[in-house]
Amino acid sequence: MKKTSKVVKYNKWGYIFLIPFIVIYLVFQMIPLVTTIYNSFFENYRSGLKIIGPNFVGIQNFITIITNGDLPTYFKNTMIMWIMGFVPQIVISLILGAWFTDPSLRLKGQAFFKTVMYLPNLIMASAFAMLFFTLFSLSGPINSILLQIGVIKEAYQFMAHVWSVRWLVAFMNCIMWFGNTTILLMAGMMGIDPSLFEAAQVDGATATQIFYKITLPLLKPILIYVMITSLIGGLQMFDVPQILTNGTGDPMRSSMTLIMYLNKHLFSKNYGLGGALSVFMFIITGILSLIVFKFTNSGEKN
Amino acid sequence: MANNQNNYMMSTESNGVSVHARRVLAYTVLVLVSFLCLFWFYLLFINSTRSNAELTRGFTPFPSNYLKTNWINLKNGTLPIFSGMVNSLIVAALTAALATYFSTMTAYAIHAYEFKLKKFMFTFILMVMMIPTQVTALGFIQLIGKMGLDDKFTPLIVPAIASPAVFFYMKQYMDSVLPLSLVEAARIDGSGELRTFNSIVVPLMKPAIAVQAIFSFVTSWNNYFTPALVLHTDSKKTLPILIAQLRSADWLKFDMGQVYVMIAFSIFPVIIVYLILSRYIVGGLTLGGVKG
Repeated sequence: MKKTSKVVKYNKWGYIFLIPFIVIYLVFQMIPLVTTIYNSFFENYRSGLKIIGPNFVGIQNFITIITNGDLPTYFKNTMIMWIMGFVPQIVISLILGAWFTDPSLRLKGQAFFKTVMYLPNLIMASAFAMLFFTLFSLSGPINSILLQIGVIKEAYQFMAHVWSVRWLVAFMNCIMWFGNTTILLMAGMMGIDPSLFEAAQVDGATATQIFYKITLPLLKPILIYVMITSLIGGLQMFDVPQILTNGTGDPMRSSMTLIMYLNKHLFSKNYGLGGALSVFMFIITGILSLIVFKFTNSGEKN
Repeated sequence: MANNQNNYMMSTESNGVSVHARRVLAYTVLVLVSFLCLFWFYLLFINSTRSNAELTRGFTPFPSNYLKTNWINLKNGTLPIFSGMVNSLIVAALTAALATYFSTMTAYAIHAYEFKLKKFMFTFILMVMMIPTQVTALGFIQLIGKMGLDDKFTPLIVPAIASPAVFFYMKQYMDSVLPLSLVEAARIDGSGELRTFNSIVVPLMKPAIAVQAIFSFVTSWNNYFTPALVLHTDSKKTLPILIAQLRSADWLKFDMGQVYVMIAFSIFPVIIVYLILSRYIVGGLTLGGVKG
């Protein structure tokens, strides 16, 4: 009898230790989420010095951001730049991961290469984008080098063409994240039962065959995990295009991402449209999160 | 790594030539990739040592000797870079401290105790883990306005107490290093629950705390979105906001040498610290992450 009450007495500490998390989460995440959703149903913006609203307008804000083309355009921009960065990233990561974990190659200097590859991930994205802006400017060193070695005849305006800006953003994202992806995939590859490789080796399989027939299929759960988490990260793409284009998403707002658009509304205090956009983002990332959750959770059980 | 595979594969040397060719290919690609990672920082370093006049004349691969001049010009310029760095340091250090300590505490609550809402809380935290802060930014800004916390560091630091991703890492690590018998033993010795946590659990979790402290610090140090919405006074701004200001300034009139030194000033400290700690960072990445 005494023992049970003592256990119960201890277990109330489970709740006590959870208090900081719960309180802070409720205040700084839950309440803002609720008020964001609430705001999305109201017309509330500034016109000059005048504040319009808040007036209840139902789902008018959602209709507005879809029918005026903003949401579809910026969603498309975000996805294009994400795909342009993600495809090379996953290909490089898979190849490097396979090489690093391949015992027959016995690559030296792995620690060095991993350190170098992970480095760009820790760099301040805004400073990195500012650096690229100066390096790829009209009189910057990249143009200067290309002119000197004779690749181009006159300086190329990287910032004035739709696809060069998009490629720069995608390239920066790729450089910043491929190291992280490689390390994640390597962890997955090293978790594969070595006897499978041995058996394939005995049967005379080549390295390429082993990669396609064993490594890749067994890596599928991690690949999907990496893809979805990267997609969630991609939807949040902000710092790099924001600084690179000074928040304009130029040329012709072709590199304007969803969060840059949200940021614009937050600064101009257009809470109605900003709220609708946030709710849209919340629903997409929520669905994607549930998929990730399913993966991490099934990993838990094993 | 994967030592057990080694012997077996070495015995099948029938394709020795192709292994050699593949090794050459692998090193070539690795060198190329490393070049793509480092080249920009090399350009940054070279250009921050050159004067504006030299910079406009075109690129040379060798450093010049204007680094100090550029630095002095930047220091005497209009951007409050020192307060920017101090502000970034304060916010990032406190964020890292709160995120690691309280995430360890949250993980301990789920790990060591049996209570009704345990399963629910664990599931809940995992589910909200991936939801980005940007989607609640609107409500967040309104809330801190009402709380009178606008233009203060508090709304950038305190929310770190609830960091689901740090919690998840701590929980994973705790599962592998903290046996409940240890907690039982402490109880028999008459140690209170909070004291057990502080004097036994936290020290045992040190490696995980170190890894997560670094990551929380860097994330906060690099964060631009939220601080830009919260901080308005020049003397309170953090480095990323100053970088954005540099970008939106009429930059052609600028001394480009100063611009490069400013970028170097925000990038190189992190690179130096990273190179010192890289062993722990790269190794710690997968410590509590996804398992194959």
